[in-house]
Order: sequence, then structure tokens, then C-alpha cells
Amino acid sequence: MIKYLPSHEYVRVVEDNKAYIGITPFAAKQLGNVVYVDAPDEGEELTKGEEFGAIESVKAASDLYSPVSGMVIEVNEDVIDNPKLVSDDPIANWIIKVHLHDVSELDDLLDQAAYDKLCAEETH
Amino acid sequence: METSVKKTCLNERHRALDATMVEFGGFDMPIEYKDGGIVAEHNAVRKAVGVFDVSHMGEVLVTGDEALYFVNHIFTNDVRTIQDGGILYGMMLNERGGVVDDLLVYRCEENKYFLVINAANIDKDIAWIRKCAGEFNVKIENLSDKYGELAIQGPDAEATIKKVLDIDGSALGFYTFKMFEYEGETIILSRTGYTGEDGFEIYSSPELTVKLWDKLISAGVQPCGLGCRDTLRFEAGLPLYGDELGDDITPVEAALSMFCKLDKENFVGKDIVADQKANGAPRKLVGLEINAPAIARHGYEVLDADNNVIGHITTGYRSITLDKNIAMALVDSRYSKLGTEVQVRVRKKVFPAVVVKKRFYTPNYKK
Repeated sequence: MIKYLPSHEYVRVVEDNKAYIGITPFAAKQLGNVVYVDAPDEGEELTKGEEFGAIESVKAASDLYSPVSGMVIEVNEDVIDNPKLVSDDPIANWIIKVHLHDVSELDDLLDQAAYDKLCAEETH
Repeated sequence: METSVKKTCLNERHRALDATMVEFGGFDMPIEYKDGGIVAEHNAVRKAVGVFDVSHMGEVLVTGDEALYFVNHIFTNDVRTIQDGGILYGMMLNERGGVVDDLLVYRCEENKYFLVINAANIDKDIAWIRKCAGEFNVKIENLSDKYGELAIQGPDAEATIKKVLDIDGSALGFYTFKMFEYEGETIILSRTGYTGEDGFEIYSSPELTVKLWDKLISAGVQPCGLGCRDTLRFEAGLPLYGDELGDDITPVEAALSMFCKLDKENFVGKDIVADQKANGAPRKLVGLEINAPAIARHGYEVLDADNNVIGHITTGYRSITLDKNIAMALVDSRYSKLGTEVQVRVRKKVFPAVVVKKRFYTPNYKK
């Protein structure tokens, strides 16, 4: 299952309460060449809707917001070492893996259809 | 109060090219184009040629018996040092020595000057110039709406305008211009720009500007947006009003005192410039190289070794040409010496940085 925030972060649930968080292909395309990913450390607590890091392209810095509350259990070191991976494939190249505190938070997020609609609107 | 966003004569062209548009200096302007992007557009200018719509810039004509004295009174540089057809970069200062605007002055005749000013400052500058003009016998005309402006920049600029527009710029040296008849009107061609590369700027009527643009785009010249205009000028260490310059920043602080001629009898703000040049200014604009993957953006704090704030970043990027994280920063002068180690706060983290020359990229101007 994959769900979205309107600020273009995704959360992809891979086990019951574990999920990957990253930015969407739409956001990656808007940003252009990603040159730096500022991620939290393992063990840090995230709160739904709050900033947990940032991603930088040549153009600009964009804050990253957490779609869910949870604890960071893994940081994707490949992406930290080679930020361009995010531009290439932001779904395969997630930024952090989190342990979800409350799975029901996922219900408030945008599903694929709602997110696609949002992107279509932002393009116009 | 004026709240509507203005459009240049090329607005429809930008939209047809699917540009990402933003408001800049009161104008709806392209940041980058769909078939380009900031990196490709930047590289086109460094390696070949690109064309920018800079019609948002303001133009002011100053004429009259005392035009020379008046321009020299409000301008930090000295227009007596150039001939007709020459151009000078400099600033207008307020009484506190702060920069009202930075501008180019084109000397058409001894008592006829064409001033090119920043879009965001047009209203402020016109008011300032008129206020200063009180005691002088001069005529001030705001021609900003009468002119469109294109910047054709890059090592291939001279060949491109010859081939595509049949305009010969080969005889023009850097910072000179000529006025001539072209398609039934008088246009201005100058060897100037804001990219650190050789290039030209063409001032013509909005209608002709659109025609010239269409010819250049049809010939395959890369359209370039304000995104790469900023990365290009930044690498060359050129200041942007609003970032490195402002009403509360002096030329000495901005490291532009070479454009202030203290041997002139007087100009507005001269006392402050002379004092700071002799005794030092409290702040100084420096270059920084950040030895970390983090990018220091406008407004971020610069810190000393003990995490005390000593200044702020004015512009910062991962340099496209140099592939390094660099920035310009306005810092306490005590930390402005080359090689000084400082720190930069990027969001919650602090990274080491070192003071370097702010001309990160050596410009390739025509001599």
C-alpha cells in the first residue's frame, strides 16, 4: 500500500507496521537534479505532518514532512551517499524506513487516485 | 497600491515554451523552460549560447545641460572616465551610504545617459532620481515600458547574432555599445551581461524584441530562465540586488568599492564610503566554500567556532560549473580574511566552511 501527503511525500507500507518514506516521482521531477538529502538519524521520533528533513536540488531546498508518526529504524545510506538516486527512481530509492506508531493515521492520507488528481491540478 | 503582476512582451512566448513561471521584481518571469532546465540552460551559456528575456529591467534616459554633473552626482562611478559609447557599472547610494540600486550607465553623449536599473527598484529609483534632480537642469524619462531587452550570452554569442539576426557586434569591446537602425527603429546593442561569459544585450521596442526572440529560438538558441541567470551570475561573483545589495548595505561592505570614485568632487553617500574605505566597514561580503554536502541558502546563519552568529548567507548553491557547495555571505569583517574557518547552519545541523574569493568562476569576457 502506498499513500501520500499533499506536500509530495509518500509512505509505502511493506509489513504490518513498517514503511518506507520518500518523495514522489512528481516531486522528484519538479525538483530536478537532487544534490543533497538531509535525513534524520536512526532512532529519531517523527510526528505526522511535521518536518523531518530536507531535500535539495540545484534550484532549491524543500522541507520533508512525515506522513506518519513513528520511529526511524533505517536511513537509506545509498541515497545519502548518492542523492541523484532520488532523481532516478524515488520509489525504489526511499529515504527512511520507519516503525509506525498508529496504523490508522494512514487513513487520513491521499490514495493514488486522489494524489494523481492533485498533481494534475498543480500542473495547471 | 500596485499589486498586479506585470508581464514582459515575451510572456506568451514563455508560456508557449512551457516555462515554469514565478513572480520576480513585480514581473511574471520564467525560471526555466521545459526543454532545458536550470542545469542544461546554465551549461548552454557556459559552453555555447543562450538567450534571456530581460525586458523586466528598467531604462531611464537622463538628458539636459547638466546631465553629466547630475549623473555623476547620483552615481558612484565617474562618467567622465568614458567616451560616448562607453558603459560603466556602479551604484546609486542613499545619504547613509546604502545602495539604492546597482545599475549600468550608458554614455550616449556628454549630456545624454541611458540608465539600466533593476526591475524591482524601478518605482523607487525613479522617485529617488527625481528627488535628487531638484537643483539640476536635467530631464528624466522613465522608458521602462518602451523597451524590451534580450541578453544573448555565451562564447558563441557574437557568431549567433551575426548569423541569426545579421547584427555585427565584432567591433564592440566589453562594456561598450552602439545605437543603429534595424528594421525601421533605433536599437541599442551592448557587449554586456550578467553571466560571467561574453555576450550582448539588445534594447529594442517590445514588438521588435518578440521578433528577435522568435528568430533566435527558431534557430535553435537555448531559451534561458532566471534560474540559471542566478546560478551563472553567482558563480562569477556578481551581486544581486536584494541578496548581496540593499538599502542598508554599503558598497564597501558589498566589496564593490572599486566602483566608487572617491577622487570625484562629490556624490551622494561619498562620505560614508570614504570613511569605510579608510577605517573599514563593520561587515564584509565574502565567498564561502562549504566542506560538506549541505547547501547554504539565502538567509542561513554563519557562525564562529563557538556557534555565535557572525553573519548570514546572501546566495548559496551547489555550483553547476564547479560542482562544489559555495555561497556568498555578509559577515562580521573580523571573519572576512581569506582562509578563515567559520561554520554554516543548515537547518538543524552545523557544517564547517572556509572563506574564499567570491569570484568562484573566472569570467570569459571579451577584452
